[in-house]
Amino acid sequence: MAFTKKIGIAAAALLGAVAFSNLTLRAQEGGAHESPNPTRQTWSFSGPFGTFDRAQLQRGFKVYKEVCSNCHELHIPIRTLGQPGGPGFTEDQVKTLAATYTVHDGPNLQGEMFDRPGRPADFFPAPFPNPEAAAASLGAAPPDMSLLAKSIKFERGFPAFVFDALPIPGGMYQEVGPDLIYAILNGYTKEDDPNWNLYFPGHKIAMGKPLAAGQVDYTDGTPTTLEQYSKDVAAFLYWAAEPSLEQRKRIGARVMIFLLVLAGLLYFTKKKIWADVAH
Amino acid sequence: MHGHSTFEPKNGVVKWLEARLPILSFMHGSFVAYPTPKNLNYWWTFGAILSFMLIAQIVTGVVLTMHYTPESTLAFGSVEKIMRDVNWGWMLRYAHSNGASMFFFAVYIHIFRGIYYGSYKAPREVLWILGVIIFLLMMATGFMGYVLPWGQMSFWGATVITNLFSAIPFVGDEITVWLWGGYSVDNPTLNRFFALHYLLPFIIVAVVGLHVWALHVCGQNNPDGVEIKDIAKDTVPFTPHATMKDSLGIVFFLLLYCWFIFYVPNYLGDADNYIPANPMKTPPHIVPEWYFLPFYAILRSIPDKLMGVIAMFAAIAVLAFLPWLDTSKVRSAKYRPIYKIFFWIFVVCAVGLGYLGAMPPEGGFVLASRILAVAYFAFFLIVLPLLGLFEKTKPVPASIADAVLAKHGSASSVAASAASAPQTKG
Repeated sequence: MAFTKKIGIAAAALLGAVAFSNLTLRAQEGGAHESPNPTRQTWSFSGPFGTFDRAQLQRGFKVYKEVCSNCHELHIPIRTLGQPGGPGFTEDQVKTLAATYTVHDGPNLQGEMFDRPGRPADFFPAPFPNPEAAAASLGAAPPDMSLLAKSIKFERGFPAFVFDALPIPGGMYQEVGPDLIYAILNGYTKEDDPNWNLYFPGHKIAMGKPLAAGQVDYTDGTPTTLEQYSKDVAAFLYWAAEPSLEQRKRIGARVMIFLLVLAGLLYFTKKKIWADVAH
Repeated sequence: MHGHSTFEPKNGVVKWLEARLPILSFMHGSFVAYPTPKNLNYWWTFGAILSFMLIAQIVTGVVLTMHYTPESTLAFGSVEKIMRDVNWGWMLRYAHSNGASMFFFAVYIHIFRGIYYGSYKAPREVLWILGVIIFLLMMATGFMGYVLPWGQMSFWGATVITNLFSAIPFVGDEITVWLWGGYSVDNPTLNRFFALHYLLPFIIVAVVGLHVWALHVCGQNNPDGVEIKDIAKDTVPFTPHATMKDSLGIVFFLLLYCWFIFYVPNYLGDADNYIPANPMKTPPHIVPEWYFLPFYAILRSIPDKLMGVIAMFAAIAVLAFLPWLDTSKVRSAKYRPIYKIFFWIFVVCAVGLGYLGAMPPEGGFVLASRILAVAYFAFFLIVLPLLGLFEKTKPVPASIADAVLAKHGSASSVAASAASAPQTKG
């Protein structure tokens, strides 16, 4: 088996070389990689049975409406605020809320465009007529927020990214987006520079510090701190990006139970069929 | 091997049909009476799993098409409409996007299984080459499907991959413009990718038909790599034995698939693809889908663009020559101790290349990609041809029945062969 041994040594050497080159790279990368990774927050909607906290979504919506919506579009229909698995506003609340928006509509039968009060089927109006207007006014066009919580990420690295997929404690990590939103909203750590952010790639963020403690009134006695605002609005944005989350996890549990039972039945059937065949 | 059919129609209508189109006896011969080696393990259920995935992709894909708009200013929005407003749209879309990943995951296991047990060796060369063609068609389909949501990674992935054709000497730029239908990736590109993404799966169905036909001519390989000698002793009828085992394999695979659909649906996708395509803004890292990463790593490991492209396509094409590159007379790695070690090194290299394909092409990652790319080709071009000449293999059992006998002892085997239906070799 001398030949086998030689192959073993060669294989070990090969893997060693790869591992070494990776380590060298990590050392190099250590210097350039300045932004710390956001810490993982506890979310009511994480895990296989997670659901949204209705009160939190309603508070998050308030923060969005009073602060974010001044610059950011949220391209989802207003009616979704009342649909199951969401913030849980009643039909009347949604109607009343929609009516507070002015929607540019038309043309009417006279061929003219006109303004009218919003209806639940309307999308939340954009704060700027187009991204160019937003960029001209703010320096950079703020992204639409409807998918923001799913469209941002940070690298988890090896081996963490493997565990993130698995049904193990500490695994099933799907909340990278809201964690990053929370981190960025809390990452304006330089008093003298409102555009410096600890967690934003490159640290220069066009959006000046948007939120401060006490800025939005909460009527349910929840503390009006920056941490609380960030958490609530991040949860709201995750719902906006993934409104089917609750239904998905609920159906998922049934599907998994069904498949497990079916697998059990098939296993014993298969065992019986093969019982008298040596294989 | 549908000649094995014991199908005898009794019903008048069936008799009438049989006289005109013997499709029922053909199905019976292919999927009921078809003799299956009794020593197959669960790695052999991936053929059935892949058939299931192909059908699942076509069914979910056809329904998604009913709601999707292949136009560059509307595509992204139409996918979001599917996710938010179409009943069960989120489930169809997640099933389809994760289904692509599961399809590739299963096909990689299927390919590795073939390599481990020498399933490509005579007389199964054509069967194997048809498999390589299916793999290529899958890659084209997967790539074009990823472009359809028209997100940032769709657009830039399409730009990077189509640009590879510009490396072709003299006519590269003309070919690229022809592929795009314009001077950059744009609406015409999206339109034709959509048309082809709808067409190719049906071509895959046709080639799968040939693949299964070739399989049924040669019969299945098996973990011991010896041909069927005696149908009564070596095989069991496909139904119920293989059907039931395959069903169990599919259900286990579904557990994995559904975990992804319902619990981590965006894990395998890139977050950037939830940003609408913007030709003016390049993402910091353009990364293809995970199933292309090993080949992407090989592409990037070579500094010259043309050579990189050639190496990438060669990495796939080399698979087609496997039946002639492997010079060993013994099929299964079970009886090839040294080949077995090299096989696992090869698996580690392939997975390693996949990891490196996702990393930025700088520093040690480039060096590592080069080492592993050389190792990848060395497996096919150096190890396999030489190993067959020098390797001392273990004694191969005379038949499948003998192999099973060696595993279990004689008593149960005799009972088993007595119990299975007597049938002469056809």
